[in-house]
Amino acid sequence: MGIQFGDVVFYRRVDKGIRDQFMRSAVRAAQERMRTSRLRAAEELGDWEEWRRLGEEIRRHTLEHLDYYLEQLSDRVHALGGHVFFAQTAEEATSYIRDVVQKRDARRIVKSKSMVTEEISLNDVLEAIGCRVVETDLGEYILQVDDHDPPSHIVGPSVHKDRERIRRVFAEKLGYTGSAEPEEMTAFVRQQLRPDFLTAEVGITGCNFAVAESGTVCLVTNEGNGRLVTSLPPVHIAVMGMERIVPTWEELEVMVGLLCRSAVGQKLTSYINCLTGPKAAGDVDGPEEFHLVIIDNGRSDILGTEFQSVLQCIRCGACLNVCPVYRHIGGQAYGSIYSGPIGAVLSPLLGGEDLYRELPYASSLCAACTEACPVNIPLHDLLIRHRQKTAEEKRQSPLGERLAMKAFGMVAESPRLYRWGTKLARTALLPWEEDGVIRQGPGPLQPWTSIRDLPSPERETFREWFENRRKRGERP
Amino acid sequence: MKVSLFITCLADLFYPEVGQATVELLERLGCEVDFPVAQTCCGQPAFNSGYHREAKKAARHMIETFAHADYVVAPSGSCTAMLKEYVHLFSGEDEWEWQEKARALAEKCYELTQFLTEILGVEDVNATLPAKATYHRSCHMTRLLGVKDAPMKLLANVKGLSLAELPCAHDCCGFGGTFSVKMAPISQQMVDEKVVHIEETDAEVLIGADCGCLMHMGGRIRRQGKPIRVMHIAQVLQSGLEKEGS
Ligand code: SF4
Repeated sequence: MGIQFGDVVFYRRVDKGIRDQFMRSAVRAAQERMRTSRLRAAEELGDWEEWRRLGEEIRRHTLEHLDYYLEQLSDRVHALGGHVFFAQTAEEATSYIRDVVQKRDARRIVKSKSMVTEEISLNDVLEAIGCRVVETDLGEYILQVDDHDPPSHIVGPSVHKDRERIRRVFAEKLGYTGSAEPEEMTAFVRQQLRPDFLTAEVGITGCNFAVAESGTVCLVTNEGNGRLVTSLPPVHIAVMGMERIVPTWEELEVMVGLLCRSAVGQKLTSYINCLTGPKAAGDVDGPEEFHLVIIDNGRSDILGTEFQSVLQCIRCGACLNVCPVYRHIGGQAYGSIYSGPIGAVLSPLLGGEDLYRELPYASSLCAACTEACPVNIPLHDLLIRHRQKTAEEKRQSPLGERLAMKAFGMVAESPRLYRWGTKLARTALLPWEEDGVIRQGPGPLQPWTSIRDLPSPERETFREWFENRRKRGERP
Repeated sequence: MKVSLFITCLADLFYPEVGQATVELLERLGCEVDFPVAQTCCGQPAFNSGYHREAKKAARHMIETFAHADYVVAPSGSCTAMLKEYVHLFSGEDEWEWQEKARALAEKCYELTQFLTEILGVEDVNATLPAKATYHRSCHMTRLLGVKDAPMKLLANVKGLSLAELPCAHDCCGFGGTFSVKMAPISQQMVDEKVVHIEETDAEVLIGADCGCLMHMGGRIRRQGKPIRVMHIAQVLQSGLEKEGS
């Protein structure tokens, strides 16, 4: 699928999102649930701000010494008998994985938990060589069954569908006859997946964190399938973004705690899977062959820039769960597998600034995301920074806006122009005034008055009042 | 105490009564109020849209305008947060001089309710407003400036005022400066949701501390013909006392 999906322009996707009442109420309900439980879970932890700072510090430190930790990780995995592959680009990654699969002559693949494999369009590549790739996380599974509907949330990819919609999809595509009860549908999916687990020759997963000191890959899931994917098939390929690393188990504990609490408001999720190398002599389970694919795909270009903090992200989705813009337009409107505030910052960096130029403007800069982020990424500042690049460095903002801002700069440093400007605005707007308001403004006021009344500027500005008062001698 | 007022451009042009209430309130509480006439705009529209060259022009001008003030007080959380942001705006290597000046300004800037409670130490301003109201805590005031309790403390002591809690108070109203026009359809969804929540409280009056948010919500409320009055907190705190001050 790649980072981008579809080629509909942003504004049209926004309209579609806004019109989709169904999606919006599903998203709203999910947001509410996750937000409240996140706050409760954070409270239980004690000083949340302290934890955030610690989380931020760990992520920062790791990023600043990324070379060192990547080398340590890779050495450990090698020592344990696993294979490590550093992929600069999506193509390098997918062709390496394709080779592994082909060497095994594998046809059946089960997958679990991975945004980064979406990012590199892994499924397409594997399907093109005739493999059957089955997503085993419930959310991803639903999307796959529903004609590869794109994801709309980085933690709950099918959050835009409610139960009834899911039941319908299952009924249509898989002949499901049960109710819309989550338990019943989950049990059904389990049955569907069982033969896939048992026959798959390769299991592919993402990686929430890799522990450098031990060469361990850690998966955090809410379902038990992650464990099946990594233990049943003879080959396990873990795919990770190069930044998803922690130095030791100690930091892992902090990060997993922050992740679980921020993502779904749990102290710990039901399953935290830690895998260290392939099956050793005497182990009862585990894969015979283990590959760790570490993906750059644009990340190292972000290192050392003012956007570096975005690599601190642990993909918890907390910023999406508090974002009102996300709530009203839905994740798919972002046109990227990374949606919400983090998507608006990350997509232009990984997927191309031209492709995602509008996303940084789809925010009121309310900073709810920044407030929610467990690793202190200043998301709203980074959105402004993106806007600055578009406006000042690339000069790609609309000409009208550029001229208006130039004028703004002149007025802002000249009290005389400012005064003259306010007077002018007042007189110029007079013809449109009606009952003290402007209901249909001319030119640049149109977008404002299309939905709101504008108060008409007062006859006497504040500064005039202040001066007149002094003149009248009411005040010294 | 000598106070220099920063009356934001929206208040100057659209809501002079907010500025007037601010002056009268501060004078009533014993402050000597000065209005440096050279002031213009804090530069937020340019800053948030990414035009930092222009924002810096506004910043330098404002820094100089208020260089001699003891305290700078503004009836706006958002614009006060912007004045404090200048420190980060001048982050270039050759800008340390401006950064120093920006820091000096940041240290003496206060949003109105913050100034009343923190500097003047006043929580009861002796105002009276017999009405049922709800308060919109604007995002920049609470999240960027970190002022959460001050307005609540002050409003709690307004006689006759019954304050209903606003559901989903943490949500943005959808103003966001240029966002409100650039992304008008999204902005509309956000404000409509906000208006629904305001109606749920049965409030007759909507109170806020930022003219931007109030202009946006008030404009939508008017367009929909809803019987809800919109007031800036400065006006509320001066209610029942307008005459005394002047
Ligand atoms: S930006 Fe922060 S809140 Fe958003 S997904 Fe990443 S870590 Fe979570």
